[in-house]
Amino acid sequence: MQSLKIICPNGHLGFAPLKPGSFHIGVEAGPDFIAADSGSDDIGPVPLGNDTCASPKAWQEHDLEEMLLASRRIGVPMIIGSSGDTGTNSRVDMYVEMIREIAARHKLPPFKLGWFYSEVDKELVREKIRSGNVHGLDARPALTEEELDATSRIVAMAGVHPFCALLDQGCDVIIGGRSSDSAVFAGAALARGFPEAQSYYLGKVLECASFCAEPYGAKETVLGEVTKDWVEVTAMSPAQRCTIASVAGHAMYERSNPFHEFVAGGMLDMTDCVYEQVSEKTTRVTGMRFVPAEEFRVKLEGSGKIGERFVGMAGIRDPYTIAHVDEVIEWARTQVRERFGDEGWELHYNVFGRNGIMGDLEPLKDKPGHELLIVVQGVAPTKEMAEEVTITGTRQLFYARLPDVKGTAGGVSFVLDEVMPASPAYRWTINHTMAVSDPLELFPTHTAIVG
Amino acid sequence: MSVKKLSDLAKTIRSKNAGTDKITFDIIFRERDTYEKVKRSGVLTRQSVCRILNADPARLTDFVEYDPACAIKFTILRLRPSGSPGDADIFGAQQYAPFLDVEVNVPD
Repeated sequence: MQSLKIICPNGHLGFAPLKPGSFHIGVEAGPDFIAADSGSDDIGPVPLGNDTCASPKAWQEHDLEEMLLASRRIGVPMIIGSSGDTGTNSRVDMYVEMIREIAARHKLPPFKLGWFYSEVDKELVREKIRSGNVHGLDARPALTEEELDATSRIVAMAGVHPFCALLDQGCDVIIGGRSSDSAVFAGAALARGFPEAQSYYLGKVLECASFCAEPYGAKETVLGEVTKDWVEVTAMSPAQRCTIASVAGHAMYERSNPFHEFVAGGMLDMTDCVYEQVSEKTTRVTGMRFVPAEEFRVKLEGSGKIGERFVGMAGIRDPYTIAHVDEVIEWARTQVRERFGDEGWELHYNVFGRNGIMGDLEPLKDKPGHELLIVVQGVAPTKEMAEEVTITGTRQLFYARLPDVKGTAGGVSFVLDEVMPASPAYRWTINHTMAVSDPLELFPTHTAIVG
Repeated sequence: MSVKKLSDLAKTIRSKNAGTDKITFDIIFRERDTYEKVKRSGVLTRQSVCRILNADPARLTDFVEYDPACAIKFTILRLRPSGSPGDADIFGAQQYAPFLDVEVNVPD
């Protein structure tokens, strides 16, 4: 095989639906694979901890159906990574079931379905902690057993290995657990014998679909082509082009360093990449390198539950009260303290119109607007207590005792005189790497004939 | 010399999570000439971006002038991981606004 083509219709399958127009153009371009990643840690720790999706089922099914029908029609494999936003075992099972249902509904001829899991048992991680094998990423210290105990669920980030293993077994459709975005595509190229550097770069450039094209427009299909010497990427949408600027710019998207991409088993070095516009919609990239890792380390993501959570809201228009909003908040906090004591609950206040979005980073925090919205989050071990903490922390804003306030009938405005149940509060407890001896040991694979 | 705002010179000014513990900022220029002028002006440095964001310089993990994309890119550690209760920007996508109005002295 001289070259291999992969189309990617969506940078995060399910999070918003793919655009069918450019996808169908991509399918007609004769790809060898149709692939997309379906997860991200961008969505915060709640879906992983709570084992839920951030995406509506209808959008996930929409994209899986488009991709499966196209893949079966033209007879090329379809690959999905990080199923259902988080890539937990239940999300993989859910996507496998969706594939079976779509196949049955359309009476598709039999095909081989492969899938793998990415969840990691806490006791395995505990053993690795005790042998000093779990290192922190992004300035985090090594993982402690205390943090492990505070963790609700852990997934490991698969590299190309389970994808390659399932392709080697002849799978037509692969549903992956949590995996590196780029591995979904790189695995396909590596399984077909292309070199590591070009394969990983292909994955890197395709992972976010049309984010590597311009003008800006998400959820449009792009086509990547790899040979042993270069990678080319082409926008499929009639309105978009892959330019040197858009492709080079994408290399730095969502990462701290635009030159180095760490994956399970090595590092893609983009320092000496050369970009060339080869036609109106296509950019060619050469000069990428791959540096194998000396030790095989897998990234772990873990989320731990803090407590149940409710949310309240209150507005302020009085300029005097706006100037003293911190005292208003402190009054409400004090009422919660008097009811529940100093510990065992949390109250978080975001003051929109002052520094609600940026917090301490906000340069204009001393210049609040003429009206403010305070969003209150109360967290406690039970729903009953979280509700009472939140309603106290919200309604007592109304009764705050400011010495010179003119409006004595109520200190804040309410859109709703109630508090709303929210998802439980979680936090990212694990952002670490763990040494393993076998690249497949954390990612058990399965296959079945569907149809 | 004339004074221009960074938002008038750059094609893209954005912020986004880089993993769960960092936010990365990209300032991207359409023309190489403009990019070089902004680089030479010295308004964006390790020190100045921390000052503009009122962030302890120890939080700055990366500062890169990325020539292939005509981009200046820097990354800070979050004080708490993304999506912790109280974090109002789970994606880190609305942290770039202070850079829009940064004034740059550019040769005419």
